[in-house]
Amino acid sequence: MATVAEIRVHRGRRSEVALLAIAVLIAVLARALVDYHADVLELRDLGIYALTAVGLATTAHLVLRRYAPSADTVLLPAVFALNGIGIAMIRRIDFAYAERGRDTTFGNVQIGWAILGIALMIGVILLVRDHRVLRRYTYTAGLVGLIGLMLPLFPVIGTEINGARIWIHLFGRSLQPAEFAKIALVIFFAGYLVTNRDTLALAGPKFLGMRFPRPRDMGPLVLVWLASMLVQVYERDLGTSLLFFGVFLAMLYVATERLSWVIVGLGMFVAGAAFAGTVFAHVHSRYEAWLHALDPAVYASGASEQLVRGLFGMASGGLLGTGLGEGRPDLVPYAESDFIISSLGEELGLTGVMAILTLYVIIVQRAMRTAIGVRDGFGKLLAVGLGFSLALQVFIVVGGVTRVIPLTGLTTPFLAYGGSSMLANWIVVGLILRISDQARRPSQEVS
Amino acid sequence: MNEPVRRLSVVILVMFLVLMAGASYIQVISANDLNADGRNVRTLYREFGSFRGPFVVDGETVVKSVPVDDPFNYQRTYADGPLYAAATGYYSIVYGRSGLEQTENTLLNGSDDALFWNRLGDLFAGREQEGASVSITLDSTLQQVATEQLGDQRGAVVAIDPTTGAILAMVTSPTYDPAELAGHNTEQVNENYQKLLNDPTGPLVNRAIAGDTYPPGSVFKLVVSAAALESGYKPDTEVYAPQELDLPGTSATMTNYGGEKCTSGDTMTLADALRVSCNTAYANLGMSLGWGVIERKAKEFGWTDQIDIPLRAAASNLPVDPDEAQTAMASIGQYDDRATPLQMAMVSAAIANQGTLMNPYLVDTVRAPDLSVIQKTEPTEYGQPMTRSDASKLRDMMVGVVDNGTGTRAQIPGVEVAGKTGTAETGTDAPPHTWFVGFAPADKPTIAIAVLVENGGDLGAAGKDPTGGVVAAPIAKAVMQAKLAEDGDL
Repeated sequence: MATVAEIRVHRGRRSEVALLAIAVLIAVLARALVDYHADVLELRDLGIYALTAVGLATTAHLVLRRYAPSADTVLLPAVFALNGIGIAMIRRIDFAYAERGRDTTFGNVQIGWAILGIALMIGVILLVRDHRVLRRYTYTAGLVGLIGLMLPLFPVIGTEINGARIWIHLFGRSLQPAEFAKIALVIFFAGYLVTNRDTLALAGPKFLGMRFPRPRDMGPLVLVWLASMLVQVYERDLGTSLLFFGVFLAMLYVATERLSWVIVGLGMFVAGAAFAGTVFAHVHSRYEAWLHALDPAVYASGASEQLVRGLFGMASGGLLGTGLGEGRPDLVPYAESDFIISSLGEELGLTGVMAILTLYVIIVQRAMRTAIGVRDGFGKLLAVGLGFSLALQVFIVVGGVTRVIPLTGLTTPFLAYGGSSMLANWIVVGLILRISDQARRPSQEVS
Repeated sequence: MNEPVRRLSVVILVMFLVLMAGASYIQVISANDLNADGRNVRTLYREFGSFRGPFVVDGETVVKSVPVDDPFNYQRTYADGPLYAAATGYYSIVYGRSGLEQTENTLLNGSDDALFWNRLGDLFAGREQEGASVSITLDSTLQQVATEQLGDQRGAVVAIDPTTGAILAMVTSPTYDPAELAGHNTEQVNENYQKLLNDPTGPLVNRAIAGDTYPPGSVFKLVVSAAALESGYKPDTEVYAPQELDLPGTSATMTNYGGEKCTSGDTMTLADALRVSCNTAYANLGMSLGWGVIERKAKEFGWTDQIDIPLRAAASNLPVDPDEAQTAMASIGQYDDRATPLQMAMVSAAIANQGTLMNPYLVDTVRAPDLSVIQKTEPTEYGQPMTRSDASKLRDMMVGVVDNGTGTRAQIPGVEVAGKTGTAETGTDAPPHTWFVGFAPADKPTIAIAVLVENGGDLGAAGKDPTGGVVAAPIAKAVMQAKLAEDGDL
């Protein structure tokens, strides 16, 4: 140990500053463009916005420098950039709505959510000094997650918006508890799997050269499967159920290193989804809208109208986009939330969409890198779970909008308008940063 | 646990690659289809939101886009809308485009390849994309005179510069005001459109080129004459012209207009037969020539061909394999003969232009926003339906028609006018369609014209016997006179 004491550790916090500067620049320039095109560009307002962004970036950077000095240096700038792009786009959509007589302040509200999100991220860094502490709350987290998931089903607080019962009303605001339940359940999965991975991995009958799990070990798998199916059926939230099940499967695979689990799990999901597609009308219509989106009959029925309008928007953007403020994103319903990626595709073009997807790839791959680097199994599973949950969420929502998979309601992390998603995903970033600090910390510092 | 994490990373990468492929497919590969989709209002907004080039007639802007404060940014305005509606068509946010607004659309909206360098310049200069201006060959005075002359009567006037094919006048009556369809109030536009559509007089129909085609009646005798001249007949060749002509294979006979005798004897010269428009003479002539000869000649003049000027003109029709009696009828422009006024103007123009038929056209020059000419229509030949000498013989015969035949009302003092009248039975109890085709000055024509008045116009409606000589000839005269006055030939 003593022999490595002399090695100077390159943590890359300085490169984080440079990257953050670029991210802040993107955010400020994007807003400047939007304001310019809406003829409301005022240097004073832009200055305040820029100072706020610089202030937030500096604060976040300093907190990391002090309390998580070895944390990943690319994660924060990437998320900042996404946030900045999202806020500019939402502000731009506000202006588009205003032109049609609809008064919205989504942009300003979103700034508030972003600030709160960054505060929560800092809170996580300060409160959770070691991610392993979270393992103690494995079952608490599981319970919290399940309750959170079921909350919208309870009377009084649960509300149904646009056919999905995924909202609760608290303190005059609507909240999507599933976004937070996602984190709690990942913690639960990580804790549960790290404890039981040996029994899950090693016991069980062999079939076709693969070892399949024992029925009693299948308990948690079946439980999660049931929970996700219940969500799909009762809350009409296909996206969330797909997300939970997918994340659980991925973590199960990493924990047990058994492909058989994935095959069994995927089989169950496909069977469940197919069953739901034939039995439940709302699921069936989603499939129809996906497969025959441009069919005049399906379009006329309204089932695929939103999707197709989104496609029109993206198509009109083409390779380079119309330019911020030059398109008509307001022609797509929910342009600021579910369909923000098509709004971005319209105004920033395929180039912009590629850049944004690349930012996500970077974020997720940093989480995976963290999982490989961290030494404890719980940390590995937690990082994998959080990272994969981001990846899968992006895949489900962007895939839905781009017609890769059926459209389901999920928010695009960091971009889409909405408080719950913004706060929850910043917490995810906080946790990944915390684990990465462990992962990248030179070994002699690990006590 | 690191190995599965690495594998999972690859899976994630593949997931994102799939997303990127999906986005590429939408935004690049299928983008054109999606942009062209009729349900895509974005294309409409973009199209209507940009500055569209104007239409110019005689150096005056007659249709232009003016900036307005609504989502469409520009309002299409039509000065003298009804006067030019037959050519310009309309430009509606609800019903799309028609007329030249449709055929010249890419030039007007600036997306045409011919405007590539202008677009590039606009892009670098940060200017909004602008469309080209299209100048139309119409002569505003002739257009005006023809419109006034037709008045409330249903019909059409087409006048062509015989040496170039430029269309000098194209009037259809009744017509409409494109401004009524160009508004941005969808409901109002809908209402106006429905009203026009349900109007029994068909104001949206362009009778000059694309209405129902009309039986040409005696004006078709020009085609038969051309065929006869080509077959060796001369203007003074005596032709059989009985008071009644037996139609072979039927019990019917053919008579002349009003049952009159064409001549005191049983024969008359070909020139005289045309001059008095002798039906029996031409029916007999047609039968002796044979339908094939006439059909070929008619096709040389443009029959059965779909002509784009660039508005699409309906093809004029000929009977298929008529028997002898039908040939007799078809030789006097009845039976299954049909023609558009444009077609008849082309016949007139070809004779006027010494047998050479020029392609008729409406678009003169197209100028980029910086006024540089990016397109200019050069006159092109459609064909040579007659020899020079045959054409001059037929011209002289037509002069006779106006001098002391059925077309005397087209006479213009001091100028020799060539013409032919037509009074075509419609096959119903309705009064006949009345025609006049002709050109002036006969020796050096500057205008060739065809006038059609449906069902004899006012005269037909009044229950009097309308003829082409009475109803249509004066209209043609007025238009030709206006042209001659303009040229200083009077």
